[in-house]
Amino acid sequence: MADIDSAATTPGELARRLDAAGYLADEGLATAAFLAVRMGRPLFLEGEAGVGKTALAQALAEVLGAPLIRLQCYEGVDAAQALYDWDFPRQLLHLRAAEAAGVTDVDRLEHELYDRRFLLARPLLRALETTPSVLLVDEVDRADDEFEAFLLEVLSDFTISIPELGTVRAETPPVVVVTSNRTREVHDALKRRCLYHWLAHPTFEREVAVIRRHLPGVSERLADDVARTVQRLRAADLLKPPGLAESIDWVTALTALGATELSADLATRTLGAVLKYQEDTERIMGEVAELVGRP
Amino acid sequence: MNIEVDAEVVGFARRLAAAGVDVPPTRVHAMLEALDVLGAGSLRSVYWSGRVTLCASPEDVERYDRVFAAHFGRRPDRPPRRVTVPPVTRLIALPDGSGDGARDGHDADPERQRIATASRLEVLRNRDVTTLGPADRAEVGRYISALLPAAPDRVTRRLRPSPSGPVDARRTVRSMLRHGGEPVDLRRQRHGRRQRRLVFLVDVSGSMAPYAETLLRFAHAACRVRPATEVFTVGTRLTRVTRELRRRDPVAALTAASAAIDDWSGGTRLGDELKEFLDRWGQRGTARGAVVVIGSDGWERGDPALLADQMARLARLARRIVWVNPHRGYKGYSPSTGGMRAALPYVDRLVAGHSLGAMQELAALLGGREPLGRARPAREGW
Repeated sequence: MADIDSAATTPGELARRLDAAGYLADEGLATAAFLAVRMGRPLFLEGEAGVGKTALAQALAEVLGAPLIRLQCYEGVDAAQALYDWDFPRQLLHLRAAEAAGVTDVDRLEHELYDRRFLLARPLLRALETTPSVLLVDEVDRADDEFEAFLLEVLSDFTISIPELGTVRAETPPVVVVTSNRTREVHDALKRRCLYHWLAHPTFEREVAVIRRHLPGVSERLADDVARTVQRLRAADLLKPPGLAESIDWVTALTALGATELSADLATRTLGAVLKYQEDTERIMGEVAELVGRP
Repeated sequence: MNIEVDAEVVGFARRLAAAGVDVPPTRVHAMLEALDVLGAGSLRSVYWSGRVTLCASPEDVERYDRVFAAHFGRRPDRPPRRVTVPPVTRLIALPDGSGDGARDGHDADPERQRIATASRLEVLRNRDVTTLGPADRAEVGRYISALLPAAPDRVTRRLRPSPSGPVDARRTVRSMLRHGGEPVDLRRQRHGRRQRRLVFLVDVSGSMAPYAETLLRFAHAACRVRPATEVFTVGTRLTRVTRELRRRDPVAALTAASAAIDDWSGGTRLGDELKEFLDRWGQRGTARGAVVVIGSDGWERGDPALLADQMARLARLARRIVWVNPHRGYKGYSPSTGGMRAALPYVDRLVAGHSLGAMQELAALLGGREPLGRARPAREGW
């Protein structure tokens, strides 16, 4: 855990290291991440899509020198996909082979069948077995609420009991980042177990800095233009306001077209990179010139 | 850790709880722990250690900032902004029976005499709730609270063991293991079914105030039997009262909800409120595939065009929109208010909500799977 101790001496130091890993964290986020690492509590990140929740976990893994283990949640995700599963085909093969070899010791055979080597570790178990590690539970709001209760259990004591094998306990609990787009309200009990941080859309300066950090070759002019336009789009009351991820996509698209600054014509042609709803595109089409205009 | 800091934090947490943030002792403890890690030296570490441990939603963060400024700001003695809580009695007629004598001479009413022999429930069933005396009102309230609002179900992704259906390879192999590798029986599975979410948007503006209690009671009954139900009130602002209505006891739940709503009997800006609902909740998932019940008389102060736009959005997200309009219960009603006319093309079903009987019908209607009469064309049946 040497990396973890040295990387997280103060929130400022963690912010500096995240910066070096290509992630610009503001004071609040750096403090929240720092506390999560030091207090051994999961960090619950909530915010609009595309503000950098998942990216934080990736950067944190890089900074801490730990592998990132990701559990993508979806409706219907269950224990077999989150925790562990037995490798039935291999168990069956083993059984057939034992039969062919004329094994008669039934107890021993059964014991062999539920050996660790027939166990398929899914993300949660893998995170407990890997030290150190960063566990990302992505978009927990998509999972059913039953799954939350189950997740809470694992995140509370970092142990998993497997009836056939015994209890697996994490030597050192993984650093856990739980993200939610707030498509529904996640249960209080889970939030209470975590440190909570609401990630808002970045300020103009931050957005420019993040764009330039991600795409070092981009002209300052273009980064400024895009950040300003995106900030205006966010204020324009759209169905899906663009996130930071969309700004970066847009700059990438514009760079691919060889642009060094944003014009109304270029913006119109590449609007698909930022606006994801037909209604939004239709509404904005008429106002592109004003939105792109420099103050 | 020192006692002074502890006391300060506990005092602050109390104040935060008074401002409406749910602050259980475990969170206060977490804040002290965080403060210990960050060092209690600066106001910033106090701010952040509290923010990440005591808040659980962006609304909490807003309140937290306000209380923090008031508590640790330059004028720590400044009292927090007082929120005017409307009198609870407006929402709930408590069954005290004392109001019966003053029931506007109802008992002398020959109409009432004539039907006195009919079952009391039958009488109450069809009376407009606003014409009831306090005792009857309380009784009707209890009936409504006992309703079991249904919700249609949907197919889930998750497969469950079932006596018929496609073969469940995993369970089959598991059972083979137990039988020495012989396929003794085939296990089967099917997709599960799950209740759709019910979402209530209850208008609490002046013109709806007499009926809002009935609708909130009904919503509370729904919360009780369908934990995924979400309830919002609309008036001049949008208020989420789901949390308040989760309490089991109807009186306690309605009292809490009433305290949370601070735009009672104001005007209605349905379009704006609906937009806020969709922006903050609906589109993110609350309205997706849900059955949305809007309780309003459609008196819209804002622009009906905005309401129509937002209804169109809602119609794209929701499985079904049921509009409960108390005036619908009267003969000769036609949707004449601007808001109602704008919304109607997107409403699957317009029903009455003025009496116990109407609420009973609504409870049954919500669960129905047969394609019911629809005001808008070509919506898929359920």
